[in-house]
Amino acid sequence: MTDIAQRPVVSIGPRLLAATLRLKVPHGRPWIGWIVPAVIVLAWQVAASLGWIADAVMPSPYAVAAAAWRLTLSGELPQNLGVSALRALAGLVVGGAIGLTLGLLNGLSRLSFSVTDTSVQMIRNVPHLALIPLVIVWFGIDEGAKLFIVALGVFFPIYVNTLHGVRSVDPQLIEMARSYGFRGWLLFRRVILPGALPSLFVGLRFALGVMWLTLIFAETIAAQSGIGYMAMQAREFMQTDVIVLSILLYALLGKGADTLVKVLERWRLAWHPAFQAQH
Amino acid sequence: MASCLPSAALTPMSPASFLVDPSASLTLRGVRKSFGAKTILNGADLHVPTGQYLAIVGRSGCGKSTLLRMIAGLDEPSAGTIEVAGLSTGRARLARIMFQEPRLLPWARVDANVAIGLGPAADHAQALTRSRDALATVGLVDRAGEWPSTLSGGQKQRVSLARALVSAPRILALDEPLGALDALTRIEMQRLLEQVWLSNGFTAILVTHDVTEAVALADRIVLIDHGAIAADIPVPLTRPRQRGSADFARVEATILERLLTSAD
Repeated sequence: MTDIAQRPVVSIGPRLLAATLRLKVPHGRPWIGWIVPAVIVLAWQVAASLGWIADAVMPSPYAVAAAAWRLTLSGELPQNLGVSALRALAGLVVGGAIGLTLGLLNGLSRLSFSVTDTSVQMIRNVPHLALIPLVIVWFGIDEGAKLFIVALGVFFPIYVNTLHGVRSVDPQLIEMARSYGFRGWLLFRRVILPGALPSLFVGLRFALGVMWLTLIFAETIAAQSGIGYMAMQAREFMQTDVIVLSILLYALLGKGADTLVKVLERWRLAWHPAFQAQH
Repeated sequence: MASCLPSAALTPMSPASFLVDPSASLTLRGVRKSFGAKTILNGADLHVPTGQYLAIVGRSGCGKSTLLRMIAGLDEPSAGTIEVAGLSTGRARLARIMFQEPRLLPWARVDANVAIGLGPAADHAQALTRSRDALATVGLVDRAGEWPSTLSGGQKQRVSLARALVSAPRILALDEPLGALDALTRIEMQRLLEQVWLSNGFTAILVTHDVTEAVALADRIVLIDHGAIAADIPVPLTRPRQRGSADFARVEATILERLLTSAD
């Protein structure tokens, strides 16, 4: 009788995987994604230098960079950038915490779900930006208004995806853990939360998109500081370089937030087959 | 919980750990189970002595899995009593179940998955040491630090066996654990199951619809039909059993015939 317990483990899996990865060009070369933006900026600079684009319509990349440098030296850019980032973060934390809590509660408790979900779904179908006039009446144009509207926008994607994540945890795994005596908090921490995590990250990414969109909107309509305010001020004086700078900043901030989530995902979801393939 | 267990149960798995406490018998008295108006199991009486390997066979939907789930403490009978080692309560702690699916937590490494078997109160460092011992029993100690997704189906099922064994259960309930494996892996797993049973001495209850598997492993085969025990047949074969032998084929034919006649 051959003892299977002693047999060497021959696994073809990793080798096959490695062979597949070799076919994927971008593997291990994150800079490849920056080629297209670099080419666009270069073409844009050339077109501006040759006078094909009027400066008043679209400033050259060089002019935008010069504006960035000027505003950095004056302290205006760091200050507005800081204010915007803080607003975004505060809204994300407040709205995210409420969405996460209610999502977990409604995912775990039938009672909580039946009491609150109908209301949440009704409010969700109102575009939150439509509330801006009302919010200005309530809070004026101070920080409370921005915080409220960003938190509201962030709440829904986090709530919906948390609820979905908790609901879609494999009931067989829950039964298994219960059979080994896992109950309450430990069952939640060892089985339900990790099982819901991939969905939670999807919610976070959606929330980040909503967060920037809402903030830009709120800052261009009613603000005394922030990147949106900087862009609106620049419009008054026809400073297209500052307007374009603001737009580019939003693009970079959005990309930055997305990268942060990706790093988090790779760290917390290392067990997931989809992430193992990327290593 | 684990901290309340006698110290004998906390020592790493050793072949003698069950001989210390010989009581691992299982007794069912008038066990009934019904879901609403539908009766799945209608009064089962069964006594399984310590260390016996019992196979429960029957057609799909005959109530054999329901019976096993009650033995493992996942469900409670509608009427009647189930006693493990003379105790009618707390059998979930004394009996472990191995499911048809491996049910490994994909977000926990292989050794952490095995440590789940020690329950939530287990000491972390000690749990990992015992997990490695259990993994060595199933021949997977070198995969302890890997994610379950890198294992094959048969390896996953071996990890799930290690998880069931790590707490040194008195009764191991097996709910068609090899049903999803290919023929070759199946035979290897059957040998492994026989080997750990022989060295650990627990009472094994195997639910299967594969008669060959039942004859290869069990000391005794119970046939369930329409929610009742229809036959109770001993398997008088010596171990290790030769699948091709005339005796093996004869027992197999007897069981199959009983199954087929009970069909209508």
